[in-house]
Amino acid sequence: MSLLSKLKETVICLQAGRVTLPYPQEPAKPPAGFRGRPIFNIAKCIGCAGCANNCPAREILVHDICQEIRIIQYVGRRCTYCGRCADVCPEKAITMSPEFENATNDIGDMQQRLELFMGTCQRCGRCFKEPGPMEQLMMKGYRLDLLEQERWVYDAKTYLDREPTVRDIEIELG
Amino acid sequence: MLRELCRKMFPRSLWVYHANSGGCNGCDIEVLNVLTPYYDVERFGIRLVGSPRHADVMLCQGPAMRSTAKALRRAYDAMAAPKLVFAIGSCACGGGIWYDTYSVLGPVEKVVPVNFYIPGCPPRPEAILYGIAVAVGLVDKKVSPVKLKQLEFPIPRYHPEDLRTEGEMVVYQKQGRV
Repeated sequence: MSLLSKLKETVICLQAGRVTLPYPQEPAKPPAGFRGRPIFNIAKCIGCAGCANNCPAREILVHDICQEIRIIQYVGRRCTYCGRCADVCPEKAITMSPEFENATNDIGDMQQRLELFMGTCQRCGRCFKEPGPMEQLMMKGYRLDLLEQERWVYDAKTYLDREPTVRDIEIELG
Repeated sequence: MLRELCRKMFPRSLWVYHANSGGCNGCDIEVLNVLTPYYDVERFGIRLVGSPRHADVMLCQGPAMRSTAKALRRAYDAMAAPKLVFAIGSCACGGGIWYDTYSVLGPVEKVVPVNFYIPGCPPRPEAILYGIAVAVGLVDKKVSPVKLKQLEFPIPRYHPEDLRTEGEMVVYQKQGRV
């Protein structure tokens, strides 16, 4: 019985054949929609720093070294490849490449550094107006409730109703 | 130079020890995936062993945490002298997404010296195989730091001295100079 089961096992093993992928010799293609290392395109980037605001691991750093030059630095040490930077980028300057062969002996190899010229007002020489609290919230991903009037709709009421809420206990006077 | 050193120090096979210091088990599953017949890592002579005393390589997963940093250090000290440490996953490489919580000390390199990094959350089994191949010396590493610089101001500036009057109209002839 045991010999028979061994023979059966041998037949099954011979039928299976070789399943090992010839990976390091031949390149492997990741499936579609795989998010690998993000690639920054300096020609499209406008320096809005929305990616830095949205990065959950805080891996995109923004330095303003002077009035007109902004440095956007992707460090990439603890990047989880979630793709939120590519989602929020208004100019689609960040693309998640299917590149996964990132093994290195120096973690500084992962970083990307962009030096951008920022537009300033040519009359006064200052940068443009900072976004208000509403725009900052929208940059963080919140959306307005009333899209036509660009207004938030609050559920809580800070005033009392004129009409009584409980209509049953209206007292008739006189 | 490190690769040559590796080739001299580890001529035959690497025995790996698998140390999880507080990860989420995602990288553990990918490391076990590497050992399955699909990505058969034993053809490179790599074996998983249970004790750090038998191991040449420590695979670190998860960040260095308060509770496990001491144990990780003890496991590193227990390994025999020519030893390599791989940091697998973005937690071990840089502290992970909870890098600033109170229980996370940071990347693994705060506790043990790390030789190779395999970023990814979790890294694909192919990426781990690639890291092993880089360490053994079969392939070269692909990534390098990228520095991009805008050399020219993208928009031509506004020069009020270029305004000129043509009859009743004021014409601003745009010039390309910055």
